[in-house]
Amino acid sequence: MQVTFYIAAGVAILSTIMVITRFNIIHALLYLVVSFMALAVVFYIMGAPFAAALEVIVYAGAIVVLIIFVIMMLNLKSEAVAQEKKWLTPEVYVGPAILCIILLAELIYTIGVGNTVGITGQIVDVKEVGQSLYGEYILGVELSGMLLMSGIVGAYHLGRQKKKVVHRFLEKPEE
Amino acid sequence: MTETTIHPGLIIAGVLAGLLTIAPGLIWLERRLLALWQDRYGPNRAGPFGVLVVLADTLKLFFKEDWIPPFADRPVFVIAPAIVAITVLMSFVIIPFAPGFIVTDFNIGILFFLAMSSMGAYSIILGGWASNNKYALLGAMRGAAQLISYEVFMGLSLMGVVLLTGSFRLQAIIEAQRDMWFVVPQFLGFVTFLIAGIAETHRLPFDIPEAESELIAGFHSEYSGMKFGLFFVGEYLGIMLISSLVVCLFFGGWLGPDFLPPIVWFIIKMFAFIFLFILLRASLPRPRYDQLMEFGWKILLPVTLLNLLVTAAIVLYQSGAEMNIKF
Repeated sequence: MQVTFYIAAGVAILSTIMVITRFNIIHALLYLVVSFMALAVVFYIMGAPFAAALEVIVYAGAIVVLIIFVIMMLNLKSEAVAQEKKWLTPEVYVGPAILCIILLAELIYTIGVGNTVGITGQIVDVKEVGQSLYGEYILGVELSGMLLMSGIVGAYHLGRQKKKVVHRFLEKPEE
Repeated sequence: MTETTIHPGLIIAGVLAGLLTIAPGLIWLERRLLALWQDRYGPNRAGPFGVLVVLADTLKLFFKEDWIPPFADRPVFVIAPAIVAITVLMSFVIIPFAPGFIVTDFNIGILFFLAMSSMGAYSIILGGWASNNKYALLGAMRGAAQLISYEVFMGLSLMGVVLLTGSFRLQAIIEAQRDMWFVVPQFLGFVTFLIAGIAETHRLPFDIPEAESELIAGFHSEYSGMKFGLFFVGEYLGIMLISSLVVCLFFGGWLGPDFLPPIVWFIIKMFAFIFLFILLRASLPRPRYDQLMEFGWKILLPVTLLNLLVTAAIVLYQSGAEMNIKF
């Protein structure tokens, strides 16, 4: 199991690096999907099959598809790639790199100190996840549900427009 | 894990061989049945009942020029058709064809199928995008919207069955249907799952991603040769997948009277649903894009939610659980 974990983790890191270095946004998103799937494998190995399934269904399957959908609507092609090339100069990596190095140093320090809990590999069943979500963390679930609801209402309000009738046969008398 | 008497490698080989034999055979079946329902003969020249038309079709696909348009995004264009075949074939991993005859009994069971089917959406989207063709792009966009919307009800419509069984494993779900098939208590779930399944395989009447009368061939306009063949086979594999899932979830899987072995029952039930798929194609017109979306979000979603709510309430009532909410 250890070897599979390291392979999946390696794939996740490599594909995430590819995400930020691609000039073509669709290629970047494809690597993002690979990264999500690698993460799902990591979750599965660590004994969280439900989180693994949801990672693929929600993140890789729905959210990235929606992003790709929006990008296809914008129909960005070669001009977007050229613009991205102009923006992604080596200098822009300096700031994030410094911050990441700080985080990495912190992580290495905590691991070095040694007060970390090892992975038990104990399988967390779907039932347990559900029970803790709707028992212990019910408030968080409700709040995030409300947040999503407000998002939907907002999107509906912004996207609402008067129905354009293209043919007189389709016209409804009261509208 | 269940005790499998057969070597897992043999099961994998058997399932793969079976699927890849039946899938091209469905080409012939579909054309013959469509012809029957449209009062024609259909292919009846090559071989007995025209069965050899399958061979001719396959050979034609293999020897056609495999052309990649110069304006296409090469790597993505090549990956896209492979994705559909891989994801659909991977989904068959969780399907029990007979007791113990299952590739792997995942503890997340049908969630794995949902994950794979949401991955399958990428083949349409990427195929259409990489073709760099306006018809393909339109098809891909319709496909993306359709698959995302119908995935939602697909997942929700299954949850009623999961609630009644208390497990995601398909084998446990089938075992739970010994007394009564789930189609009776979960009739709404069955109907919504079937509709979502047809939409997910983008078969007629939900084939607006390809809609040949308005979009040439939609997302696979630019594909030829075996790359088109993969989309084609992927579609038939998808029909078989949805049919076998419907059988497992709502029609008792391999359960049946003893005079036939379980696998025969499974195959009979599966083919009944394949026939239904083809009959739907022969009889229903294609809805407009906005009608499809409206039907999904305004009718199917409330129905599945209601079904889930009522099922959950009944399960809770029958289990006799007391309300003890602590904060």
